[in-house]
Amino acid sequence: MNNSIDTIMILLVLMNLMLLGLSSLGTCIRVVAAQGIALGILPLVMHGGISDIRLTLFSAAIIGLKGIVFPWLLSRAMRDVSAQREVEPFIGYGKSVIIGPLALVVCMWLGSRLPLPLDIVSPMLVPVAFFTIMSGLFLIISRKKALSQVLGYIVLENGIFTFGMTLAEKQPLLVELGILLDVFVAVFVMGIVIFHINRELDHIDTDRLSSLRS
Amino acid sequence: MNLISITNSVLAVLLAPLMFGIINRTKAIFAGRTGQPLLQTYYDISKLFKKGAVYSSTTTWVFLAGPLVGFAAVIAATVFIPFGGLPALFAFKGDFVVLAYFLGLARFMTVLSALDTGSSFEGMGASREVTFSALAEPAFLIGLAAVAKYTGHISLSPMLTGIDSVSWGHAAPALALISLAFFVVLLSENCRIPVDDPNTHLELTMIHEVMVLDHSGPDFAFILYGATLKLWLLGSILIGIIVPVHSGILLLDIVSSLLGMLALAVVIGIIESIMARLRLLHVPQLLLGATALSILALVLVSR
Amino acid sequence: MSLLILGLCVIACSGFVALLWGNKPKLSSSLACAGVVAGAVLGLIPAITVLLNGAKESLRYDWSIPLGSFFIELDPVSALFLIPIFVLSALAAIYGTQYLRPYHQQKFLGAHWFFYNMLAASMAMVVLARNAVLFLIAWEVMSLASFFLVTFEHEEKQNREAGWTYLVAMHIGTAFLLAFFILLGSSTGSLDFDVIGNIAPSTANILFLLAVIGFGTKAGFMPMHVWLPEAHPAAPSHVSAVMSGVMIKTGIYGLVRTLILLGQPQEWWAWLLIAIGVSSGVLGVLFALAQHDLKRLLAYHSVENIGIITLGLGLGLLGLSTGLPALAVLGFAGGLFHVVNHAFFKGLLFLGAGSIAHATGTREIDSLGGLLKRMPWTGLTFLIGAVAISGLPPLNGFASEFLIYLGVFKNGITNGAQAVVLALCIIGGLALIGGLACACFTKAFGIIFLGEPRTEHARRAHEVAFAMRLPMLILAICCILIGLLSPYVIRYAAPVLTQATSLDSQVVAEEVADTSTVMWWFVAAAGLLIGLVVFLAVMRKWMLRGRTVRSAGTWDCGYAAPSPRMQYTASSFAQPLIYLFKPFLMTRSKPVSTKEYFPAESGFATETADVSLRYLFEPVFNWINKTLSRLHWLQHGRLQLYVLYIALTLLILLVWKMR
Repeated sequence: MNNSIDTIMILLVLMNLMLLGLSSLGTCIRVVAAQGIALGILPLVMHGGISDIRLTLFSAAIIGLKGIVFPWLLSRAMRDVSAQREVEPFIGYGKSVIIGPLALVVCMWLGSRLPLPLDIVSPMLVPVAFFTIMSGLFLIISRKKALSQVLGYIVLENGIFTFGMTLAEKQPLLVELGILLDVFVAVFVMGIVIFHINRELDHIDTDRLSSLRS
Repeated sequence: MNLISITNSVLAVLLAPLMFGIINRTKAIFAGRTGQPLLQTYYDISKLFKKGAVYSSTTTWVFLAGPLVGFAAVIAATVFIPFGGLPALFAFKGDFVVLAYFLGLARFMTVLSALDTGSSFEGMGASREVTFSALAEPAFLIGLAAVAKYTGHISLSPMLTGIDSVSWGHAAPALALISLAFFVVLLSENCRIPVDDPNTHLELTMIHEVMVLDHSGPDFAFILYGATLKLWLLGSILIGIIVPVHSGILLLDIVSSLLGMLALAVVIGIIESIMARLRLLHVPQLLLGATALSILALVLVSR
Repeated sequence: MSLLILGLCVIACSGFVALLWGNKPKLSSSLACAGVVAGAVLGLIPAITVLLNGAKESLRYDWSIPLGSFFIELDPVSALFLIPIFVLSALAAIYGTQYLRPYHQQKFLGAHWFFYNMLAASMAMVVLARNAVLFLIAWEVMSLASFFLVTFEHEEKQNREAGWTYLVAMHIGTAFLLAFFILLGSSTGSLDFDVIGNIAPSTANILFLLAVIGFGTKAGFMPMHVWLPEAHPAAPSHVSAVMSGVMIKTGIYGLVRTLILLGQPQEWWAWLLIAIGVSSGVLGVLFALAQHDLKRLLAYHSVENIGIITLGLGLGLLGLSTGLPALAVLGFAGGLFHVVNHAFFKGLLFLGAGSIAHATGTREIDSLGGLLKRMPWTGLTFLIGAVAISGLPPLNGFASEFLIYLGVFKNGITNGAQAVVLALCIIGGLALIGGLACACFTKAFGIIFLGEPRTEHARRAHEVAFAMRLPMLILAICCILIGLLSPYVIRYAAPVLTQATSLDSQVVAEEVADTSTVMWWFVAAAGLLIGLVVFLAVMRKWMLRGRTVRSAGTWDCGYAAPSPRMQYTASSFAQPLIYLFKPFLMTRSKPVSTKEYFPAESGFATETADVSLRYLFEPVFNWINKTLSRLHWLQHGRLQLYVLYIALTLLILLVWKMR
């Protein structure tokens, strides 16, 4: 069991690193989708199989939203605004790939320092959760296209979700569902906003939005 | 020191050129060609050994020393490699560091002999070689550190015998990451696709091939033979991790490792058939990615 | 001990004599050089004896200076630093007599040799002194003597500026050392180094930080290294060799001595040193890669090697503070061994750089080329130095780096994030440094010595005189021998390591014996390598016998008129790595763009200025300059008013004391 949790954790980390190093928005969306599916499987792996109906439904909801609905929405947004690639992020891809592992080590250190009230299922969970949150923030900060920022936002939420999993059963599913709903609405709204920004300005580069200010 | 371990070096020297043959045959099958004979590399080497030589008038003794030291260093490095259950001839604490630096010495001299010709093409290849190898080195050594940490040994032979099918049972993620990182290092160090294309003859795009443009005759045979040996060296470390058969029956272990090498050559051939060479600017990203994988593996085994 | 004192006296006295006969340059040079060589030989005998048997010899006289006493002691750690000091000073002096020959008519060489001998004697005194006042006096003499040596060619503005940077940097360092010794004296109650008082942990922390800054400025830790790339190119080459090879090591010596005095280290000290080591190492070699001036390149490599030494020391401290003896012994062994090794190969490389400058009149890498045919001996020795400094087997540079690797692998990768950080810093750091150093020295050797001459400077080059070749040859042989005899070196380093780590000698002896066995394996492998090279060489000769071996032009891909200027340059060779590490280097390029269809001329230049100089020290010093210029009204050149200031100060002090 531990091994499969570790595998999922590593997949999460690798996907984060891929997101840091890839320029094609389409691939990024697919990676985020895969990350959502991996996260959906996580509760099943952690709390023993598909026997628990409630848990299974919860997992299905996550996979459905993060693995199918969000990516579909985002792909459509991408097609509408015809933005294929992130152009010239503030921090280049090569540098992002170097920063990634360093951030991971920092997260490891943070994870070993953080006092947790309960014994956690896997020691990898906390560092990976931190790392996912940091990757999400990094994407939001360093990329220029609004679409990438939405992706960063989803990754950030994935991190929070993973963090919630460390607290095992104690976490009320309701809270998680609430967060999920928030993100859903946010992605929806962002999708619409991106569409409108693009229609008004013919681009979705957020660093050029300041031209609206005058 | 176990004298029977000299088999490892003998096997390496005898079979290394075959790897190139298998890779080429795989590529030929993918392209729908009959392809060259499996033993073509042996024919090439023996033909080159029989030839005279042409030396550029610009060159000095460094040009002659390059192939010599390069070939000697890879042959000497075979004594550090365990193969198929047989421990290495020279097994001591930290031997893999010496191995890595022997390969470094080979590279240093090859690069110098390329610069000795004064050709800007060869300078270009040399420049790329030092760039990419500087980035591959950390990936390789950190990956080995992860293996050392996992097995609790710091000599290559016990490290590789320390990995068996049971280890793949409970540390599969870490071992898979290390294998992947080593595979990238292997492709990059041996100048295969997607880092370098061993087939092109357009000097602007090449790394290894362009460095040795001016070598001929026995010198070029040393270089060609050395390249096959280097592939064998890194390949057998990788196979030692991926095919951990330690049944205790020597013949079985060796045969399974040989089959592993065969499969490795086929996989390289397939990759060369289905992938294109990366843009040079993206190669550092690939190598940094390999370093990231090694670090991740280390994180996993040392928590 | 008496031999050692005699040796130092000979060096100092010959310096005075050289000064007196300074108007006869030839005589003055020979006298000074003979004095240094004789003194070094006399001094080496007791140093080697003490190193081998581990005994201590001391000498103490009372002194009329307040708090001072003339207290010197020769123990294994001092002896370890003394050996390279004496060897390199003597060899560089021999080299210098010939190197300075072109200046015989232009310069007063007596002063130069006086300061050179003072530098040699004061460096030895620094590692022998066991009293703070004596230490500081020797330290100051060392700094001043080297300042005058750096400004040898003071006619050129850039050399004066370099000397000024050096002087300021040294005195900032000394200021920290002064604070360090005052604090140390007040907490132990004595300024002698043998009194180990009970130092409170908080005081020890402050003392450690003061020592890192004070000694680190001399050693060239990033970002206090700014004086190195300025001062080394300015100084004559034999002086650069001494300064880079051994003088900066007195900073390392001071740090080691401090650590011995402070006793049980704390863990964060180790991490601080490791952090300094990694950043100095990696950034040092990166900046070296971006340089166009050979001596600047070598100066940045000194920063890199100091980084490797510091990594070793940090690792050793980590072992001491966490109770891992193998880590402690191997860390200190690697660091201290690298001190000796770096002295040899860096001395060799600086002398080589001097020969190149002497023969061609330029240090610009991109205007050289093809020198190996014209200067075969310099080329061969430079190549040996390049292989050694790149840390490649079978030479000495590899041996010491290998010890540091061995320490981490053996005992360093424990559990948790800390182990990962350690592995990342030391294994990843050393691997990256090694790869980049390879790139840097294939660039330096390949562009300077191989190919065709790029300019007239290089075409006119000639081999240097025997007196310049001999020191390089000796150093090159030392590099090879130390590499191949490293098992013995490790074994005989046991007393030094016992003293440096303050561990039980039994523990150290076991670790040393184990390491020595490992090194024998390495030597066997190196022997195999050398045997194979010889075998293959004979084989090729045999194969080519009776066949046609032709000579032709380099393959030019069909281009009709290749010229030497079309060869790959050092700048283009390093470009991919420079591009990759752009954010650290902040290289500025100045392309001259072409506009018309038939552009008359175009050009491209890159410049990598020191980042910490430009973005850290320059703003700070400019600010100080601006702030202090407000006090400029005090300074107006009227003597009477100055006397008034003095009188007023005296009066105020008197009143304050008498109140």
